[in-house]
Amino acid sequence: MATQAPPASTNTPTDAPDAIVVRFAGDSGDGMQLTGGQFTLSTALAGNDLATFPDFPAEIRAPQGTLFGVSAFQINFGSRAINTAGDAPDVLVAMNPAALKVNLAALKPGGLVIADTGEFTKRNLDKAKYDANPLEDDSLAPYDVLAFDISARTLEAVEPFGLGKKDGLRCKNMWTLGLALWMFDRPREPLHDWLNRKFAKAPDIAAANIAALDAGHAYGETAELSAPLKQVHLPPAPSEPGLYRTITGAEAVSLGLVAGAQLAELPMFFGGYPITPASAILHHLARLKEYGVTTFQAEDEIAAVCAAIGASYAGQLGVTSSSGPGIALKTEALGLGIMTELPLVVVNSQRGGPSTGLPTKTEQSDLYQAVYGRNGDAPMPVIAARSPADAFEVAIEACRLATQYMTPVMLLTDGYIANAAEPWKVPDPDSFEPFPAKFLEEPRGEELLPYKRDEKGSRPWIKPGTPGMMHRIGGIEKDANTGNISYDPANHQHMTDTRKNKIANIEVPDQEVAWGEQTGKLAVVGWGSTYGPIKQAVRRSQDKGCSVSHIHIRHIWPLPKNLGELLSGFDRVLVPEMNTGQLKTVLRDQLLVDAESLTKTSGQPFQIAELEEAICAYFDGVQGNEGGQVAANDQQLPSTVESE
Amino acid sequence: MNAPVKIETTLKDWETDQEVRWCPGCGDYAILKAVQRTLPQLGSDPANTVFISGIGCSSRFPYYIESYGFHTIHGRAPAVATGVKLANPDLDVWLVTGDGDGLSIGGNHMMHVLRRNVNMQIMLFNNEIYGLTKGQYSPTSREGTRTPTSPIGSVDHPANPCAFALGSGARFVARGIDVSKNLPDVLKAAHAHQGAAFVEIFQNCIVYNKDVFDAFAAPKGAEGQQLWLADGEPMLFDKGTKGLAFDAEKLAFTVVDVVDGDWQAAGVRVHDVKNRVMAHMLAELPFDPFPMPLGVLYDDPAPTYESAVIAEREASVSGKEANLAKLLSGGQTWTVDGSAQDPV
Repeated sequence: MATQAPPASTNTPTDAPDAIVVRFAGDSGDGMQLTGGQFTLSTALAGNDLATFPDFPAEIRAPQGTLFGVSAFQINFGSRAINTAGDAPDVLVAMNPAALKVNLAALKPGGLVIADTGEFTKRNLDKAKYDANPLEDDSLAPYDVLAFDISARTLEAVEPFGLGKKDGLRCKNMWTLGLALWMFDRPREPLHDWLNRKFAKAPDIAAANIAALDAGHAYGETAELSAPLKQVHLPPAPSEPGLYRTITGAEAVSLGLVAGAQLAELPMFFGGYPITPASAILHHLARLKEYGVTTFQAEDEIAAVCAAIGASYAGQLGVTSSSGPGIALKTEALGLGIMTELPLVVVNSQRGGPSTGLPTKTEQSDLYQAVYGRNGDAPMPVIAARSPADAFEVAIEACRLATQYMTPVMLLTDGYIANAAEPWKVPDPDSFEPFPAKFLEEPRGEELLPYKRDEKGSRPWIKPGTPGMMHRIGGIEKDANTGNISYDPANHQHMTDTRKNKIANIEVPDQEVAWGEQTGKLAVVGWGSTYGPIKQAVRRSQDKGCSVSHIHIRHIWPLPKNLGELLSGFDRVLVPEMNTGQLKTVLRDQLLVDAESLTKTSGQPFQIAELEEAICAYFDGVQGNEGGQVAANDQQLPSTVESE
Repeated sequence: MNAPVKIETTLKDWETDQEVRWCPGCGDYAILKAVQRTLPQLGSDPANTVFISGIGCSSRFPYYIESYGFHTIHGRAPAVATGVKLANPDLDVWLVTGDGDGLSIGGNHMMHVLRRNVNMQIMLFNNEIYGLTKGQYSPTSREGTRTPTSPIGSVDHPANPCAFALGSGARFVARGIDVSKNLPDVLKAAHAHQGAAFVEIFQNCIVYNKDVFDAFAAPKGAEGQQLWLADGEPMLFDKGTKGLAFDAEKLAFTVVDVVDGDWQAAGVRVHDVKNRVMAHMLAELPFDPFPMPLGVLYDDPAPTYESAVIAEREASVSGKEANLAKLLSGGQTWTVDGSAQDPV
């Protein structure tokens, strides 16, 4: 972050830093995700760059007021490029005691707490395991506190609409949103429009919510003089000219798959089964039938992938999607897809594991599963999206690889990417190179040879229904040309090698350095959703004079051909991951590089500060780490010497 | 869906160059021949026909039919076939499965392909044993079956395939026997049915469960043990000397003697393939003292899954334009100067 400007005149709006982090926290029934989502939209419309992090419990309606029922939505926005949802919030909106208890530790020292005193009752304090009301003792002394009865003020505002107390209190989130809109100098009109559209069939509810929103806004205006509430204005972030919208990872994957199928000139068949956090993709695609999409909610994960394989066999682009446990169930069918060499896109929205794990929390721990996790020698390409917007391009790339190389492809995203939103410059669909799929309609020579390959190593795609091209395929090892069953030892050796080489020789773009020099002391290598925090941490470390570069890997299997050479230009290689070191293992295995791990499996994304600290530990002259010894943090940074 | 074009073929046209690898004397050979005999009679086009199977002895079937074929994985053929039919409803799909593949590991998929009513013929070869894995008891093995995994006899209650199919919502349920001359007629009825047509075929595993169906399938005495059902015909067996009557008090069938062919006087019921209650009773009819009901137990078509999917798609697509650029810029948008646009 830029150094703080000297205090200027105290004009309104207040002079602001270039980025602010706000966290809305409340009961899972308080509508915090909705509040956050609408605040995101108004922030985007104001031209700020932003990133969000919705963090909610697995329970749909956890018992009210409990610690485990707290739902939060964090947004980082600013007048400069934003890559993460932010480390510590500057502002915490706590709708009840439990929300305060769960989230206070994250708040920046000196940060602002906005709390609804109406919810700080004895009963709610007990549920949140508070012995005393924190708003009334000195436990919030390190922070600015703005505590007032949001509940009562909301009821006042909606009183003319004759809602009961219960329904009236449902408008609390809009009151709070109104206050937030005032704080950050946002227009209310888009929200008015949205509420009128959302409650078109219940004009009273719309009017009550608008009244609550306006009342919250008015409160900010009139209470302005009382510190610590100040209005902050962040000018728009500079960005490329063009049309923008906000997009979540699940939306971007869905749109990317639609675009990919169009570029392949194929109808898409999407087989899915409900699972958190992957279901959103099925929800989006189910509404896009006019784009040649058939969605099939199968009886289980296995049927979802098998139906997709059946559709690919019949000439469509088969796609399936799930999260770790569901991908585990699909594994045998992925082997069938690899054996029969049919196109298939598999999207894994990773979550905390193993087993059911943490369904609503993010993790990157399915990399081994993607790369190594099948019976037999069963290679398939693995690619990963780095952000919600990036997921669009990566989904197109998955469609390209699947159809051009006749293979299942694994696309890795995670719970963070799936749910988080960021601004997205809407691409021109014509800017992507089409890759039309080709079907073989007559034998290439005298004889029909369904397994005879082209120069890329791909076998022909032959649709049932094509006259004169009848043949049989299946999961048993097949003859290298005819595809008939073959138990011949030399043939199996040949086919195993062929399948391996086909994937190994896939053309992958050369690896580039995401940020920094081509050589140096430290390369920080990441994949997936750690892109944002790593990029920021590397930039900040460079500002401190560290010779560090950021390398971000999209193609995980096969790896870019030049990656080994690129990494050899650095003295040390650090791999931060939200698992116990899975990409590190792959890099060591494939490149014989002495990669070191920095791992985190708390279900929360990396913070920039913790990455920055780990990076700086490698450098001499950084304050607090003279000598640059790596052992600064034994738990997170294993010694470079393997212990016996 | 286009009307299928009938073409002329012979039995030979449906044979592949692949060496058939079932045990000599296996009932599968008879079923293969029955199918190869039936397909020309149906006017089927090899290029438009797809045989899809799971894993097991029965599931090798596609390799021996000169059409398109997909030998998938254990139990999952109904799911693969559902994808095939949704992608191309014009294909004529035959599913080949067995008692282990279709009712044990794949029981879930079998249930759902039947209740969805995906248009295909499902042949379940029931030999009451796991043959390919060398003779373990299966979900249809009778209690007390001695196998390597049940050396003193199995204790599991067996599943009844036709009752399972009806319970899953199947709209066509039939039974046949591998060596029966009537099998092609049963298969033709299944093919004529629009929707999921379930056919249980008793199949003799001569190595691991030899002659387990002999009590009704052996040629000698078959007349007295087999009840071949025909829609609108009285349910007679044993050369017309016996029949099934309905005991209204017990809500059950009884076997009655028919004297001088006067089945009406004996109270013999007429088979009605659209009577679902009767189908349940026939599927559950305990063999001995009752005969084994064979042929079409139930045939009452309902709209197919793929036709419903297509109809819904057409209704939903009508009037909508597939404009990718418009889709990508959906929702609320803004330009870099910060001015919001109306939702596109």
